[in-house]
Amino acid sequence: MEIVLALGIGVLTGSGVWLVLRPRTFQVAIGLALLSYAVNLFIFSMGRLAIDKEPIVRPGVPTDLLHYADPLTQALVLTAIVIGFAMMALFLVVLLASRGLSDSDHVDGAEPLP
Amino acid sequence: MTGWASDATPHLIVAPIVLPLLTAALMLLVGERRRTLATLTMLSAAVGLGTALLLLAQVQGGGAPGALGVYLPSNWDVPFGIVLVVDRLSALMLVITALIGLAAASFSLARWHRAGVHFHPLFQMQLMGLNGVFLTADLFNLFVFFEVMLAASYGLLLHGSGRLRVQAGLHYVAINLAASSLFLIGVALLYGVTGTLNMADLALRIGQVPQADRGLLHAGAALLAVAFFTKAAAWPLNFWLVRAYMAASAPVAALFAVMTKVGVYALLRLWTLLFANAPGESAGFGGDWLLYGGMATVVYGMVGMMAAQRLDRMAGFGVLVSSGSLLAAIGFGQADLTGAALFYLTNSTLALSAMFLLIELIERSRLTAGASADADERSLEFPIDALERRRLSNGPDESSLIGKAIPAAVAFLGLAFIACALLIAGMPPLAGFLGKFAMLSALINPAGLQASVAPSATA
Repeated sequence: MEIVLALGIGVLTGSGVWLVLRPRTFQVAIGLALLSYAVNLFIFSMGRLAIDKEPIVRPGVPTDLLHYADPLTQALVLTAIVIGFAMMALFLVVLLASRGLSDSDHVDGAEPLP
Repeated sequence: MTGWASDATPHLIVAPIVLPLLTAALMLLVGERRRTLATLTMLSAAVGLGTALLLLAQVQGGGAPGALGVYLPSNWDVPFGIVLVVDRLSALMLVITALIGLAAASFSLARWHRAGVHFHPLFQMQLMGLNGVFLTADLFNLFVFFEVMLAASYGLLLHGSGRLRVQAGLHYVAINLAASSLFLIGVALLYGVTGTLNMADLALRIGQVPQADRGLLHAGAALLAVAFFTKAAAWPLNFWLVRAYMAASAPVAALFAVMTKVGVYALLRLWTLLFANAPGESAGFGGDWLLYGGMATVVYGMVGMMAAQRLDRMAGFGVLVSSGSLLAAIGFGQADLTGAALFYLTNSTLALSAMFLLIELIERSRLTAGASADADERSLEFPIDALERRRLSNGPDESSLIGKAIPAAVAFLGLAFIACALLIAGMPPLAGFLGKFAMLSALINPAGLQASVAPSATA
């Protein structure tokens, strides 16, 4: 099971890094989004993958991480998702403003001279 | 903490975070009434400075070198509850931030806060983020306050809009988003390996990590460090800094002088906690990277400073030199050297903030004197031929420079610039010299000035 998740995170990260290095602002925005997906999956996977682990405390079951899903990583992912969401929205606004002010969607504001 | 003050004001520790937050909320309620905003911002900045000084006095007055203040928000117990800790390093950084905040806020009240909307709430949120970074003792809480600080800094950098600012802002936002992703991966790895996010608990558990997981631990710490290096503007992760600081308006650039020190602080805090005295294989992990990265940053900053044609570009590279020196000094892991580096940090941060504010005034006075206002132009042209002409015309024309009145404001600017430049250069008897001399002395002659240095003693 872990290999599927690891491959998924790897593909997302690789695509994200490649897109971030591209010259168009929209590609950079999508690359950052893919990177954030990969990072969020990674954080969640730090809680160790398991099947059928209790999420909510049940009376009678000993309260340790062997019997329950790790709530801390879930909290971390929620926080990271929310923060990433806001940052992505801000980046898109800046992208649009840059496009409007410089009439070009190149990350440097103008096409490079040949 | 000891004394009556700790009983009377247990919540003083969280005040540097809550006060700017409440002020920002109040300002958003008040709207764009300038006078009220001005009063609120100055009041909040002054109270913030007073709080920081009080905290510093309390932590210093504890007497013992390990004096701490610990605060549990919502009273959740450690190690799972987030904890705020103030020690002398945190209190020092709080005082520096509050000082620069007060100065930049009062500078902005002159004209810069009118360049766009919501300058003061953004400024207060920036201060809140900065204070939070210095106070927190939980790794993920550090990330959250980093993001608060960065989000406010995006808003402040873009404040006033304009093509150059927005383009610099685009790069700044993209690079910081990538660095935040690395931060998260590093934090997640550290949690996955050790099982805790509390910094003190991490320091305890570093030694207990099994050998098979040590590579993961080092990888997580290294990723975390890359995020901090990006923030501290270490070479080769610092190409964004000069352009961003040039594009920022003056009070924002003055506040940004503290931002690189946030990266330096995070590296200092976590490295000394986790790796400086770690048992076994992890001892001193990454110290060499700090040292060589810092030195490379200093060289890059030096070359940039000498090549810069504009004053604000020069100040931006000055920030790099300051940050690089601190990184290199921390990398040694010696207590005397770190103490001297903290003195140098205080001095250089305040000097660079003042420099950014001064440069704006100087450029403004130069521009109103008739020079071109094109932001892209390479200014600081030195017209050699004008000098020749003036020398030749000092004969029968009597159009000499003697007796020409310089306006007092311009003279003051000139003197202030000289003082700032001497501070940054490290000329005695100013504090810049003391800081650099203390660092060099701790490095080369740790026994002090009385002892003589034998050539064989340098290891």
